[in-house]
Amino acid sequence: MDIIISNKSGIPIYEQIKEQFKSKIITNELKEGELLPSIRSLAKDLRCSVITTKNAYEELEKEGFVVTIPSKGIYVSKINKNIAREEQLNKIEDLLEQAINLAKINNIDKEEIINILNILYEEDL
Amino acid sequence: MKLALEIKNLSKKYQDFELKNISFNLPQGMIMGLIGENGAGKTTTIKAILNLLTKYSGEIKIFGKLNKNEDETVKEDIGVVLDDMFFPEILNVKDINYIMKDIYKNWDENLYNKYLNDFKLPLNKQIKTFSKGMKKKLEIAVSLSHHPKLLILDEPTAGLDPIARSEVIDIFRDFIQNEECSILISSHITTDLEHIADYITFINNGEVVLSKTSDELLNNYGIVKCRKEEFNQIEEKDYVKMRKTKYEYELLVENKKVFKKKYPKILVEQVSLEDIMVLMIKGEVK
Repeated sequence: MDIIISNKSGIPIYEQIKEQFKSKIITNELKEGELLPSIRSLAKDLRCSVITTKNAYEELEKEGFVVTIPSKGIYVSKINKNIAREEQLNKIEDLLEQAINLAKINNIDKEEIINILNILYEEDL
Repeated sequence: MKLALEIKNLSKKYQDFELKNISFNLPQGMIMGLIGENGAGKTTTIKAILNLLTKYSGEIKIFGKLNKNEDETVKEDIGVVLDDMFFPEILNVKDINYIMKDIYKNWDENLYNKYLNDFKLPLNKQIKTFSKGMKKKLEIAVSLSHHPKLLILDEPTAGLDPIARSEVIDIFRDFIQNEECSILISSHITTDLEHIADYITFINNGEVVLSKTSDELLNNYGIVKCRKEEFNQIEEKDYVKMRKTKYEYELLVENKKVFKKKYPKILVEQVSLEDIMVLMIKGEVK
């Protein structure tokens, strides 16, 4: 299993770990019920602090991707495929909100934004 | 969370130097890096923990027990590397084995030999022929070979080349695979600590400047580099310290996200422990 940590990217390391685990779970590289490395051994192998891997696992657990079974270990949980989609939708919403705020500040109306959105969306396809 | 080490209001006065109300906690299973300039008070703090200081005020608890009490069992559980070598130089590493066997109940000869082998230390040569790095490695081997639960290390990587440093750091990582084991490590090679310490305590001029998790520090703090015109737009309350060089202004900010939001056009860079240390000490307060 590859996990690549960059110390220079400016993205917090726990977040890098979290996102990579997530994508491995969503793409089924890590399967439901699979035992994950312990907090300590993961920290050792990734050469980061224990608190960092602990944070990453805690966030993954909060978001429903893994589950901790006391004195046994951390396992990939049964994920609702919708959770992943839901989350991506939330992200899109956040980004759109930023765009809308910027538009409002600059008195750009809804029509114009929708227009831009349409153009950009088609372009990408 | 159980604490391996608890320091409350440690103060000690010398003629020309003073430790002022040093307080910090090291939870069990964690690694704390103690950083600061030479002469900031790191070694004095470590000596107080090891009960090597006479007369100081404050309270130090190791595994919940006051270190001033004459409880020898606590010492069995501590492994120490001090800044200066404490073995007679005419001995060789085998002699050290015989001495340590009598000192520590839990002395593990096999483990000791394993470390000697890993570190490629010669068995029959007198210690005085060792290089600085070899002496450090010997001290580290000794500190680990009686199965301690708390390692107290004063500049354990000083004098080691990058390869040896990374070997030693890996050994420390192995050590804390056991959740009961904790490490307090002082170093001014801050990059070593960035990759291993869970907590950072920064001592300057005998005082604790900050004591936080390294994640909090590295994820939140930021360095801003800007020109005069940009600097003039920045409110004083939005940075901690400032340093002016010939060509630019360097600012330490406590929360880079908040800063970026307020000043979206000004560049905020990822901070290193060294940046924090240098700006905290050299930077001007507004």
